[in-house]
Amino acid sequence: MVMLERPDVALADPMTPRPYRVRRVRRETGDVSTLWLEPVEDAAKRFAPGQFNMLYTFGVGEVPISISGEFSPPGGLMHTVRGVGPVSIALCRSKRGDVLGVRGPFGRGWPIDDASGRDVVIVTGGIGLAPLRPAVEQLLAQRERYGRIVLLYGGRTPHDLLYQRELGRWRSRFDLEVEITVDAASVGWRGYVGLVTTLIPRAVFDPSDAIAFVCGPEVMMRFTVAELQDRGVSPESIYISMERNMKCAVGLCGHCQFGPTFICKDGPVFRYDRVAPLLRTREL
Amino acid sequence: MVLEVADLQDLFNVLSARGYQLAGPTVRDGAIVYDHLASVQDLPVGWSDEQEGGTYRLRRRNDDALLGFAVGPHSWKKFLLPPVMTLWRAKRSHNGFKAVDKPEKAPRYAFIGVRSCELHAIAIQDRVFLKGPYTDTVYLTSREDVFIVAANCGQASGTCFCVSMETGPRATSGFDLALTEVLAGERHYFLLEIGTERGAEVLAEVEHREATAEEEREADRVVARTAARMGRTMETTDIKNLLYRNREHPRWDDVAGRCLTCGNCTMVCPTCFCATVEDMTDLKGEEAQRVRKWDSCFTMDFSYIHGGSIRASPQSRYRQWMTHKLATWIDQFGTSGCVGCGRCITWCPVAIDITEEVRAVRASEGTAATTPRRADERGEEI
Amino acid sequence: MIRGLETLLAEHPFFKGLEPTYLSFIAGCGANVTFQAGEYIFREGDPADHFYIIRHGKVQREIFAPERGPLPIDTLAAGDVLGWSWLFPPYRRFSDARALELTRAIALDGACLRDKCDEDHHLGYELMRRLAPLAMKRLQAMMLQFLDLYGHARTS
Repeated sequence: MVMLERPDVALADPMTPRPYRVRRVRRETGDVSTLWLEPVEDAAKRFAPGQFNMLYTFGVGEVPISISGEFSPPGGLMHTVRGVGPVSIALCRSKRGDVLGVRGPFGRGWPIDDASGRDVVIVTGGIGLAPLRPAVEQLLAQRERYGRIVLLYGGRTPHDLLYQRELGRWRSRFDLEVEITVDAASVGWRGYVGLVTTLIPRAVFDPSDAIAFVCGPEVMMRFTVAELQDRGVSPESIYISMERNMKCAVGLCGHCQFGPTFICKDGPVFRYDRVAPLLRTREL
Repeated sequence: MVLEVADLQDLFNVLSARGYQLAGPTVRDGAIVYDHLASVQDLPVGWSDEQEGGTYRLRRRNDDALLGFAVGPHSWKKFLLPPVMTLWRAKRSHNGFKAVDKPEKAPRYAFIGVRSCELHAIAIQDRVFLKGPYTDTVYLTSREDVFIVAANCGQASGTCFCVSMETGPRATSGFDLALTEVLAGERHYFLLEIGTERGAEVLAEVEHREATAEEEREADRVVARTAARMGRTMETTDIKNLLYRNREHPRWDDVAGRCLTCGNCTMVCPTCFCATVEDMTDLKGEEAQRVRKWDSCFTMDFSYIHGGSIRASPQSRYRQWMTHKLATWIDQFGTSGCVGCGRCITWCPVAIDITEEVRAVRASEGTAATTPRRADERGEEI
Repeated sequence: MIRGLETLLAEHPFFKGLEPTYLSFIAGCGANVTFQAGEYIFREGDPADHFYIIRHGKVQREIFAPERGPLPIDTLAAGDVLGWSWLFPPYRRFSDARALELTRAIALDGACLRDKCDEDHHLGYELMRRLAPLAMKRLQAMMLQFLDLYGHARTS
């Protein structure tokens, strides 16, 4: 069993991970797992929905993973990870009791304060729901502050839908509208089939004053934003979450640049109108 | 102040006695590089350089100038931002993870012969590493301790354009002491300028005297001559918006036809700071370390995320480097990222010239060559 | 012999049966265009004012995905109509379109045609009557594509 303690040398601080123990692992789909991590030391850091941590497996490496939620011991963190490379696969394979390293939280999160008094439309695809889950939880925690809340969620197939339990809970509420669709389904599926953008024209919200949070593959976000704008949501009211290669997560290594922005410190959440010309440029 | 050439060694000795490791130009491997110096004799006495696009050659001078050359392939980032640096080491154990050894602390450096363009480059990197939301504490430590002896250039190279970038040739700030080497007739001396109290204290221990008006004028002439002999110029008017407007300009395809994406430009550029972070472990998996290494935006790896590189084409990678250096840098850090040192032009194996690329984009903006194809050409079929 | 645009239009299956006065008008809103192999005809997000009746050649519609590059979505060839976004607001291109080989087409000014259709609804009907089945057939084909039929084929 690996236990990480704080090293006794004052090293380049933002680059040193803090130890977190794996409390629980839940397999969401074939290659996606959710980890519940609790801090080994007491220093629990507050995070804002939309922020991310750099998760470290001893000797293997680090990857940026958005924070998907918190849980009861103060500082307990949920992270949903898709295994696509050596580090993320190692994270998905961790077991209860393993110790991982965490650096963060980093980045700018969803502007939930700006949603006060407005309808909130959340459109996500695939693993894009992971960074929006804590936003939904925060909105629901102070439900009276917001207008209608609509969650539109698209997955590849019914088997690829995340957080089935939470989705069930959210759907059973009367103060939240949840619509789910899949790109492909087999016999027996009675829900919607079609890209998540097809849910936008029917969703019930007031576009003139709504705020939208969009997260998913870049192509999905591009077309979702177009649909939202077609419905009358202004580009200054739409927020997206961007992704690029990251190494340091503190704006010093240059990797995550997206035009003049650093995704790690100027993002990952961006107001759409501010990055629209960058999104239209290929290979930026 | 004036320092005779014979007394320069005293300055070196005083700095060494104060615990500084001297670093500066020296001849090695057919170039003038930066390395540790033991004495004045290690300087490139009597050497100069010839530089052009894709060309660097040493040549012998017909005098004994100590600093009679422009800049070489190294820049001071070699010391301030070490190419390979261990950030931390850790070891698994029953009770936890312990630091195995402290990373070596860098020596206290005295940089000898820092050019004005390089002072600007150091200031630019200071802004990156010390003025953002996160500070690189290792950079801070090495940087605070550095003693800088600047040199006002007596020689411009075929690729220099500091005048266009307003970064030289005269050093105006950021140094402890500044030297201008003057060879006039039988005389060989340095005009000295004091930049800081620390510089004054060091100078107090070295034989020197007040400069005469003529000596000062002579030094001014040296710098003026250098300014008049710039090898290149860069038109910087509205350069940020020029490049922002022209991300789809066909010139990028043109450059891509020549660019090898070798990354030389990023290695020699004094402001390029991109680094990668690598985690490694020993064979037993008992000890881990994290190492920071210089990286380059020209590699396919640089922009790789699950499945592919964002900047797959050479065209997009060259565009990224040049647009970052001359345009987005301004939005990120408040100044241009380019100091006009010309290294990227000299050390590019195919002689791509950043000043020429800007000129080409500016010249052909909005002309027939760049207008997107309109589909309504009238024409009859035969 | 130089053959006029009107003659070319009349011979094209898309315009079969259209009144000569309409053909004449449409020819007035049209032009011959040629695209070289590899040339982009339009890009996602561009304003959509033209549509193209392909005479010969091959055009690929693509969506550019970062880190994957241009992903082909379908292919159009002689007889096909390229470009639908000119019909309805916001008149913005849905995808990229690139000529895979030398392609000759008739470019029609959609904005001009829209205005004319507003004045003359019969023209509007005649155009829609020809365009709608093409759209529907393409949609049906795509739905079948989605069933991933080959992925489920039996191997024995």
